[in-house]
Amino acid sequence: MARLSINDIIRDVDVEPDTPLLWVIREQVGLTGTKYGCGIAQCGACTVHIDGVATRSCAIPVSSVTEQQKIVTIEGLSPDLTHPVQKAWLELDVPQCGYCQSGQIMAATALLSANPRPTEQQIRDEMTNICRCGTYNRIKAAIELASNTMAG
Amino acid sequence: MNTITVSRRGFLASGAAAAAGLTLGFHVPFAGDASAQSVTPEVNAWVVIKPDDTVVVRVARVEMGQGTLTGLAQLVAEELECDWDKVTWEYPTPGENVRRGRVWQNFGTAGSQGIRQSNEYVRKGGAAARMMLIKAAANEWKVPVGECTVAKGVITHAGTGRSTSYGKVAAAASSLTPPAADSITLKDPKTWTIAGRPLKRLDTAEKLNGRQVYSIDMKLPGMLNAALKVCPVFGGKIKSFDVTQIERMPGFKKAVRLGDTGVAVIADTWWRAKTALDALPIEWDEGPNANVQQADILAAQQEGLTAREAILGSKNGDVPAALGSARRTVEAVYAVPHQHHVTMEPMNATALWTAEKCEVWTATQNAEAALATAAEVSGLPIDKNEVYRLHLGGGFGRRSSSHDFVRYAVLIAKEMPGTPIKTIWSREEDMTHGWYHPATQCRLVAGFDDQDNLSALHMRISGQSILATLNPDRLQNGRDAATFQGLNPQGPESQLGYTVPNLLIEHAMRNPHVPAGFWRGVNNNQNAIYLECFLDELAHSSKQDPLEFRRKLMANHPKHRAVLDAVAEKVGWGTPAPAGVYRGIAQQMGFGSYVAACAEVSVSDAGILKIHRIVAATDCGHAVNPQQIAAQVEGSFVYGLTAALYGEITVANGRVEQENFDTYQMLRMDEMFDVETIIMPSGGFWGGVGEPTIFVAAPAVLNAIFAATGIRVRQVPLSKTSLKKA
Repeated sequence: MARLSINDIIRDVDVEPDTPLLWVIREQVGLTGTKYGCGIAQCGACTVHIDGVATRSCAIPVSSVTEQQKIVTIEGLSPDLTHPVQKAWLELDVPQCGYCQSGQIMAATALLSANPRPTEQQIRDEMTNICRCGTYNRIKAAIELASNTMAG
Repeated sequence: MNTITVSRRGFLASGAAAAAGLTLGFHVPFAGDASAQSVTPEVNAWVVIKPDDTVVVRVARVEMGQGTLTGLAQLVAEELECDWDKVTWEYPTPGENVRRGRVWQNFGTAGSQGIRQSNEYVRKGGAAARMMLIKAAANEWKVPVGECTVAKGVITHAGTGRSTSYGKVAAAASSLTPPAADSITLKDPKTWTIAGRPLKRLDTAEKLNGRQVYSIDMKLPGMLNAALKVCPVFGGKIKSFDVTQIERMPGFKKAVRLGDTGVAVIADTWWRAKTALDALPIEWDEGPNANVQQADILAAQQEGLTAREAILGSKNGDVPAALGSARRTVEAVYAVPHQHHVTMEPMNATALWTAEKCEVWTATQNAEAALATAAEVSGLPIDKNEVYRLHLGGGFGRRSSSHDFVRYAVLIAKEMPGTPIKTIWSREEDMTHGWYHPATQCRLVAGFDDQDNLSALHMRISGQSILATLNPDRLQNGRDAATFQGLNPQGPESQLGYTVPNLLIEHAMRNPHVPAGFWRGVNNNQNAIYLECFLDELAHSSKQDPLEFRRKLMANHPKHRAVLDAVAEKVGWGTPAPAGVYRGIAQQMGFGSYVAACAEVSVSDAGILKIHRIVAATDCGHAVNPQQIAAQVEGSFVYGLTAALYGEITVANGRVEQENFDTYQMLRMDEMFDVETIIMPSGGFWGGVGEPTIFVAAPAVLNAIFAATGIRVRQVPLSKTSLKKA
């Protein structure tokens, strides 16, 4: 059993303690916006926020997360697409297949929370998620757009 | 959460209406399905218009990121003369296509064919629907059709000042006789107002909030999950497994054989299935390939480079004679290894089997082939099978080369009749059981005459054929036409852009046990590296500018030359590049389009490559959505250069050595470069855009590396060559 706070809802899940957080989110909780890509914290498709920090959920056991830690998934970011990062992604038509984009958006929002005005080089260094469709330039442009919007 | 409602009679999937902030369910009607009567009748196979004027365009080809869905909807909407803001879409099923005599024709989405090979009949579908809708209004008003006009889905009769909307007359239109095929006139693309414009995609919003349901996200009531392992050596078999070791593990339901090749574990969740599978003792019969090493595969290719016998690609003139009398010759050998598709979403499918019916939910590039596979495995007649398409987390040819993911899912589902089971391949299983970009090498020999003009060129490709793996029946006298992509002497598909007086192109087919498949760009990729890098060598050997050297050979190929000239002009070829930056150029034609690129790179003394800028030109005949073409071009350079820089699958003891992203590296944002796209549609033909610019990615960069370092890289991936200053 584990007790988790996901998108501000407390969830009790019946699961083995070594189950990766990703699979608890996808299978026990049923939130499938967070994706499986590699299982070894390489690709970032499984990125969620834990207390605001971008975390690759495929490689951390559920037992390492406490009830007090706030987990936010893509579904909890803003369901109605009002987050400035989502708006920027929409404005620039960023996704192609879209499979990695939940993780990209969660990585980008965490980056902007920690550093609202990142330089181009900082974006390049921080955004390490893989996109096989090759949307990197539009992702970078969307982060810059969101940063400008948020700075108002 | 997104809502997916599934009934035994139909399938509701949320469509792109969510782009407008809505969440609508779209019902795909089934013949003989009582529930279909409550659904808005179609105007024709391509167009459904609801009473609220929502226009549902049926899309037969599949969206996997390449923008085809939006482009095809634009083409239908253009001829339909509807309001683009009211357009949404749905996928018909392959079973419905069978029942209706293939009214939607081909579902296949590979070879950059989605738009170019269906544009005419989907536009006619839109035009026919428009004619029927206007006729319905004219009938109602009892006025001649010719006096009615339409704009943005509103039909007007000027004489009487009446108007109505598509939604109001759609039901009446649906019962009219469709217009005769020869009465349908398509618009001149010069007059397009919806097609040809850089419109936003129809499928973006749901990809930003987790609501998009990919195949891997499928849920059904009572569904179980399966993980699988297939013999790690291609061609090997399963001998035995000891289920007693795992049957008490949490969630375990059943362990099943996958024919004679593998084993799957079924459990309540996928993680528990995978955990139990990893604990399952398995004995393999690794078969005849258990001792095959990478060196064996390479040795077979090398033998083929100079073997007596080879399959003829094309020839003109007399190459042996011309080489014999040449003032000088240049020779080089290039090599490209096996590479993996690596879709971000690993292979998966959900299947539900009973003695009466087999249903499959999956991500496929060819739903008709998926249906055929389901029918073959289910043991049920084709009309007792159905495939429902879900979004693809990438395709790149993997999801068209083979439907092994459907085969295994149905095999597994048959073991528990009446229970839906989702089978997901782990990344490791996915990477070690692919259908790989075929490994080939090429020996090139060129001869120059007394005036130092290129007089002869011999290309001997040696290595694997895709068709020999996937479909040997389609070999023509043992010849695989795909092997010669981009090198054909004529034709609208993949024509060589140069005229050489004596030319000989051959293939020594050497097929290893590693399965080959169609990989985004297909053999154009290898062939462009071979020819475009070698031409660069020839230009330098004769102390000529690489652009001018090519242009002299291109007098008979103005479209090839035009894209090359366009990139040269935009990049400023012939003018100095920024300090420390060097340029390389390449061109190729494939999948009906002409493409060229110029790369600007620098290489540090320590040998670190930096790609600064790519300028790329595409002549695809007609450009349906320029901003999506630009997106494809940008992405194609990431795909092509990931392969050129890092992509290599190797074999040891008969099995693939690379299992995940830690050993199969991807290009990431820190290495990303600027891409400037020139879209120059010259009209008169339809070319593809999902693949072509991949061809020129690697040769443009490799040629620029030579310009920067004097090092000629003839082996992909680049990571095998040190660029460190000597």
